[in-house]
Parts: sequence; structure tokens; C-alpha cells
Amino acid sequence: MTFEVSSLIPALPEIFLAVAGMVFLLLGVFRKEDSTQIISWLGVAAMAVTGYLILRGPASAVTFNDLFIVNGFTSFAKILVLIGGALTMLMINSWAQAAKTARFELPVLVLFATLGMMMMVSANDLISVYLGLELQSLSLYVLAAYQRDNVRSTEAGVKYFVLGALASGLLLYGSSLVYGFAGTTSFEGLATAMRGSETHIGVVVGIVFVIAGLAFKVSAVPFHMWTPDVYEGAPTPITAFFSVGPKIAALCLFLRVLVGPFAPMIEEWQQVIVLISILSMLWGSFAAIAQRNIKRLMAYSSIGHVGYALVGLVVGNEEGARGLLFYLLIYLFMNIGTFAVILSMKINGKYVEEISDLSGLSKNHPGMAMALAALMFSMAGIPPLAGFLGKYFVFVAAVNAGFVPLAIIGVLSSVVGAFYYIRVIKVMYFDEPAAAFDKPDMVNGAIMTLCSVLMLVYFVVPSRLVEGAEAAARALFLG
Amino acid sequence: MTPEAGMIGVGLSHYLTLAAILFTIGIFGIFLNRKNLIVIMMSIELMLLAVNINMVAFSSFLNDLVGQVFTMLVLTVAAAEAAIGLAIVVVFYRNRRSIEVEDINTMKG
Repeated sequence: MTFEVSSLIPALPEIFLAVAGMVFLLLGVFRKEDSTQIISWLGVAAMAVTGYLILRGPASAVTFNDLFIVNGFTSFAKILVLIGGALTMLMINSWAQAAKTARFELPVLVLFATLGMMMMVSANDLISVYLGLELQSLSLYVLAAYQRDNVRSTEAGVKYFVLGALASGLLLYGSSLVYGFAGTTSFEGLATAMRGSETHIGVVVGIVFVIAGLAFKVSAVPFHMWTPDVYEGAPTPITAFFSVGPKIAALCLFLRVLVGPFAPMIEEWQQVIVLISILSMLWGSFAAIAQRNIKRLMAYSSIGHVGYALVGLVVGNEEGARGLLFYLLIYLFMNIGTFAVILSMKINGKYVEEISDLSGLSKNHPGMAMALAALMFSMAGIPPLAGFLGKYFVFVAAVNAGFVPLAIIGVLSSVVGAFYYIRVIKVMYFDEPAAAFDKPDMVNGAIMTLCSVLMLVYFVVPSRLVEGAEAAARALFLG
Repeated sequence: MTPEAGMIGVGLSHYLTLAAILFTIGIFGIFLNRKNLIVIMMSIELMLLAVNINMVAFSSFLNDLVGQVFTMLVLTVAAAEAAIGLAIVVVFYRNRRSIEVEDINTMKG
């Protein structure tokens, strides 16, 4: 086995991000004054450079003895993860400055979590799946407990750590069984092994464990119990980060694992995914109705969204993958925009998070109310907003593949979901005005404007982004 | 030394059963445990060790080194995970003055 420098080139974006993260760590240690501000902006710049390297890098390649793969699909997913990481990094920085809890490790941890997500997406072997997942998770555990003198934040950290470690354990146990009974850990090898003769029952058990582990990471029902508590307890901008990057990366990994090495077993896993998809959609809709805290509401909302995205995974073909990727793209901007509004819910410098605190927003801050209304309508899936198109592509893929009951359940549960999204709008526009919020800071204002405008005008130019998702889905099924 | 020579009658299935039992004890330790967080940390370690036994047994019986490489990586990551977990438990203890599982209850719903 010889080593050639050129074999590093497909992983150049990741290597760059890792080196950047370590340099920032040194910078933070050696500078006397606090360098959160400067490291956050440098981090965003590093993510932008990484995105550029991804776009300019090889279109498809495999390296490190088939542990690492780059193709159109991984590039699309990585760009989504980087956008999520960069936007939330700015929100986290502005929050940390305002709350006077800035420490330079904060942006560095976000950077390493993002790196872990990119590794997950590019994994081409069960070993690299595990290592990417852990790099991401370990950074996220620390981020959840970031406000170390706050009971709720540390409790969120404890809960996230225990259940995250359990999920990793399930995934690993599944991987060990798959490795033992199929004889290899590489995705190509597994696909070949499973396409062959009768598959050993051990492999099926292994796949079930792997699915359970991944379902934990995407917080699909019945593995969702950590989500509401962690979302509520963690500092708000960090919750925003949890709700986009890790979800997107884990769903992309889920898709890659199931339609890649485990594709010949589609009969076995399809039933399981149908079940968790239906449960997530229903639970996400019904449990959210009773929520008073907007972060908890967003937790249940994200469980529901994972259910809709999993509909695309159930289908297991190119159209389904396109629907899922497109859904993730829309979900990314919807969620970040909403969290930018939640971060602006501040009265005299104190953060509030009850839904009732939003009352009278239409009079005090008409612009912010309009942005949140657009985002909520989009989440509910009201045409012609972007959220509608996201759901549309997923459900059409399901109907075309013969999953009509699944699509019907999805549409019905999104009607129930519309109730609680629209209730937020009702509170803003029709309830007795409460105390006015402070003026939103520039970063949050810019992000919520950008996201809500995207949701509103998206239907004018949908084709470009759909083409992007389609090309990515095609690359996934080519190999 | 072949497996048969040293350990008469101990086959792959024995290792797998042992690992399955350890893994189950680990999972039950997390869910049924009403005492404190340290027991949960130990249960997590137990789960990971069960996985390692699986990996090494398969590696030996398949004559394939990948399983042992995987085990090395799992051990390394498990050490990092335990360090971070303990650090989180320490900050939790400072705020709450307790690591009883029953006291992890500020948020419900």
C-alpha cells in the first residue's frame, strides 16, 4: 500500500476545515483578550472557503482505501450543512456577545461539529460512519451544556449525552453484527454481499440496530424523547444549530446507508421506515398542540418534519431521494429563519420563550411579525410558499411509488400541524398586545429577512434548486 | 494457536451470546436504573465493550483484521466520550448538588 499526496485531494475541504479549527483554537489561547467575535467571523470565512473547495473539487472520487467518498450527493449535502453551520455561527456569536457568555471555544466547537457532519455525509464504510458521527456528537454534547452555570442547559447536556451515547451504542452493535455476518464494513462490499445468496438473519438484526441508532440521531418517533428537553434546555442559538445541521447530516447519512449498502434488503427496511415515518408525522403534529414554550414547539415541529422527510426515504428511489434533499433544503432556511425570530424575543435584554409573549408583535414590530407569519405558513405547507413545494415533492414521490396511504396520512397530519403553526400567527395578529420586544439585532434581522423572503418568492424560481437536488439524487444512485 | 487448541468447545456463538448479554445489561442499566448518573455512564461503557467483544470475535473467526482496527477506534472514541460525559456530569452536579436520576427533572412535557 503506497501513499500518494494526490489521494488527499478529495478530502481537501475537510482537511482545510480541520486545520482551520485547530488554528482558531491556538489563536483563542494565545490572544490575551476574548476572541469569540473574530473567531466567529473567521469561522464563517473558513466555511465559505470550504464550500468553494467542495464546488471546485473532484466531482466524484473515492479515497483513503474506500473509506471516504465524494460525489454530487455528498457535495450537495455538505453545502447545506455548511450554510446551516455558517448562519447559526453568526447567530451564536451575536447571542454570546449580548448575553456576555462569549468564550472562544464556542465557534470552534461549531466548526468541529460541522466537520463531523461533513465526514458523516462522506462516509463510505461503517468505520467512517461511526467516526464522523462521534466527532459531531461529542461537539454537540458540549454545546448543549455550554451555559455551565445554568441548570437547564447542563440538564439538556446530560440528557443529550446519555441518549446520544445510547444511540451510538446501538449503531455500533448493529455495525458489529453486519460486519460479522456479511464479512466486511465497506459499503461496496456490503452491497455485493447482500446482493448474493440468502442473507443471514444476523445481518437483518444488525440493520435493525443501525436503523434504530440513526433514528435516534434524526429524532424520529419512537426515538425522539430527548428532543423536546434538549431543545428547550440548550441556549436558543445552539438549539437552532441542533435543529438544522445534525438533522440534515443524519438524514443524508440515513439515505446513503439505506439505499447504498443495504439497498438489496429494501423489503426488510422499508416496513420499518414506513412505521417510524408515520409515527413521527403524527406525533410531531399532535404533541405540539399542547405546547406553550416556543422552543418545545419547534422540537415537535422538527420531529414532524423528519417524518415528512422520511417519506422520501421510504420510497427508496431517485425521485424519493430528490424529494428528501429538496425538503432538507427548504427546512434549513425555514428553521434558521424561525430561530432568528425566536432569538429576537427579548424584553429589556431578557430572553422570553413563551408563545403568548408574541402577542401584539404585529403592532410593535410589523416586519418581524410578517417574517414569522411567512415562515409559519411555509412550515404549515400552505401554497405557494416554499414549504408547500417541499412536502409536494416528497408526497408525489410516495404516490408514484404506490405508497398512497402513507401520503394520505402525511397530508392529514400536516393539516393538524397547520393548526399550531397558525395559532402562532393568531397570537401575533389578534391577541391583546403584551410588552414590546427590543429591537432585533442586525444579524438576526438580516437572517430572518433573508429566510422569509426566500420562502415567499421561492415559487418564482423553483427550477434551479430542484435541479440541484435532482443532480444530487442521481449521483447517489449512480454509485 | 488455532481457536480449537487453546479453548476447547468455545466457539463464535459463545462470544456472541456473552456480548449480547453484556449489551442487554447495558441497555437495562440505562433505562431501569433509578440511582445515579455514574451507573448510567458505566452502562454505556458496558455496551461499548460488548460491541468490542463482538468485533474481536468476528475478526478472529473471519481471519480479517478490520474488526480489530474498528475496536481500536471504538476504544479511543469511548475514552473521549467518557471524558466529555464526566465533565458534563460535573457541571450538572455543581448546579444541582445532586446526580440522582430522579433530580434530572427541570424540564418535562
